[in-house]
Amino acid sequence: MTGAFVALGMGLAVIGAGIGLGSIGSKAMEAIARQPEAVGDIRSNMILMGALVEGAALIAIVMCFLVAG
Amino acid sequence: MGKNLGKTFLVFLSVLTLSFALHAKSDKDGHDDHHDGHDVNEFDAGATAFHHIADANVYSIGPWSIPLPCILYAPDKGWSIFSSSKFGVVGHHGDGHKAVDGYVLNGGSVNRIKPGQGFPDGEVELFSVEAFEKDAEAGHAMHPFHHKKIDGKEVSYFEYDHKEYLLDSKSTGDGGLFGGGITSYYDFSLTKNVVAMLLMTFFMIFIFIRVAKAYAARAGKAPKGLQGFIEPIFVFIQDEVAKPFLGHKWEKFLPFLMSLFFFILGLNLFGQIPFFGNANVTGNISVTVVLALFTFIVVNLNGNKNYWGHLFAMPGVPKWVLLILTPVELVGVLIKPLTLTLRLFANITAGHMVMVIFVGLIFVFGKSGQYAGLSYGTAVGSILLTMFMMAIELLVAFIQAFVFTILTASYIGAAVEEEHH
Repeated sequence: MTGAFVALGMGLAVIGAGIGLGSIGSKAMEAIARQPEAVGDIRSNMILMGALVEGAALIAIVMCFLVAG
Repeated sequence: MGKNLGKTFLVFLSVLTLSFALHAKSDKDGHDDHHDGHDVNEFDAGATAFHHIADANVYSIGPWSIPLPCILYAPDKGWSIFSSSKFGVVGHHGDGHKAVDGYVLNGGSVNRIKPGQGFPDGEVELFSVEAFEKDAEAGHAMHPFHHKKIDGKEVSYFEYDHKEYLLDSKSTGDGGLFGGGITSYYDFSLTKNVVAMLLMTFFMIFIFIRVAKAYAARAGKAPKGLQGFIEPIFVFIQDEVAKPFLGHKWEKFLPFLMSLFFFILGLNLFGQIPFFGNANVTGNISVTVVLALFTFIVVNLNGNKNYWGHLFAMPGVPKWVLLILTPVELVGVLIKPLTLTLRLFANITAGHMVMVIFVGLIFVFGKSGQYAGLSYGTAVGSILLTMFMMAIELLVAFIQAFVFTILTASYIGAAVEEEHH
């Protein structure tokens, strides 16, 4: 039973991260299209933000592993 | 050029396909044999993946095993120092056919036979090599070590002289959080990961001394060779990471950031070399914990008055809000190295596991090689997928090294920032 909840929790965490990463990516693309000369700055900030969003999802997934034991 | 590349790719693909499919076939004959009425050798993709990403006390390159020194300490017995060749590795699972001083080699990793079971000390032969090789030739892969669940915990055991002996796993410093804990012995060996780390350190020292000498010898001239390869990467980290995040103090922290970046990048790439031991160093949580700990120490040692002020007494916030805000800020200080640890660990581990599982698909679909046609068919598909994943993993190796460095730079930058209004 715990296994099912763990799988559900992992899925929810990934959905959250997916929404976050998707909006970061789309906004970054828009920004690059608007200001192609700022592509370097936008890219590194995009990766930084992506890493932060990913961090939240990773904590959730590790919690899932801990619950699964 | 394009045509040649295509031809090379096709040759490479067919060689790999053949080798994997033949491997599946050679396993097939063994997997026809049934032990006690059930197929003990049924392919377990998950277990195989975990075996391949784990640290080991032997360095295996293809079918060969290079022995590594074992340095073991048990409080009730003292130090045991010997080469892992003493275990006498047989087969490609990294199992040793001998027990040495109450230690055995189980799947490439040293385990101690739980003390108090009356197992004899010294070198003891668990099974004969001849019997193992005879079984292997008959296509019957022998597994000397088995697992079973005792009180919900997976415990390894083996049979010797018609008696079962339980094995103890290595002591870990996680306090039972990840299923480890302090057991009856400690392993200070030069494991596969340690060797890979040392190799990478010496390699980095060699490269950077050479590049530094090239700068001295070719002062004022355009970079050449190795120098020309390192310079763009170095300048990229310096201009894109160090300068924007650290302000005018960038020079002070540049050596730390560069060490982090090149160490992580080097080990990420080293782990990607196929058939070369595949040391999963940056995918080992102990390594990433230590790397994140360095960041934690550097950030908090260099934190100025402003940083600590924002931590304990955020300026411009009512006093009662501080009761909630300060604990949150303090947790944040600990969460930062935690996410650094987990991000690198999870990304690299996931990459390694996905590749093992893609190759494992050949064995899953071919029912451990019982259907040769399916094995060959899946081999083509799964090798294409694996190659695609390897290309992505090359990208991930750079991105994760970059992300670790850029986050470290941003944390240090926040800690050393001067007050501005």
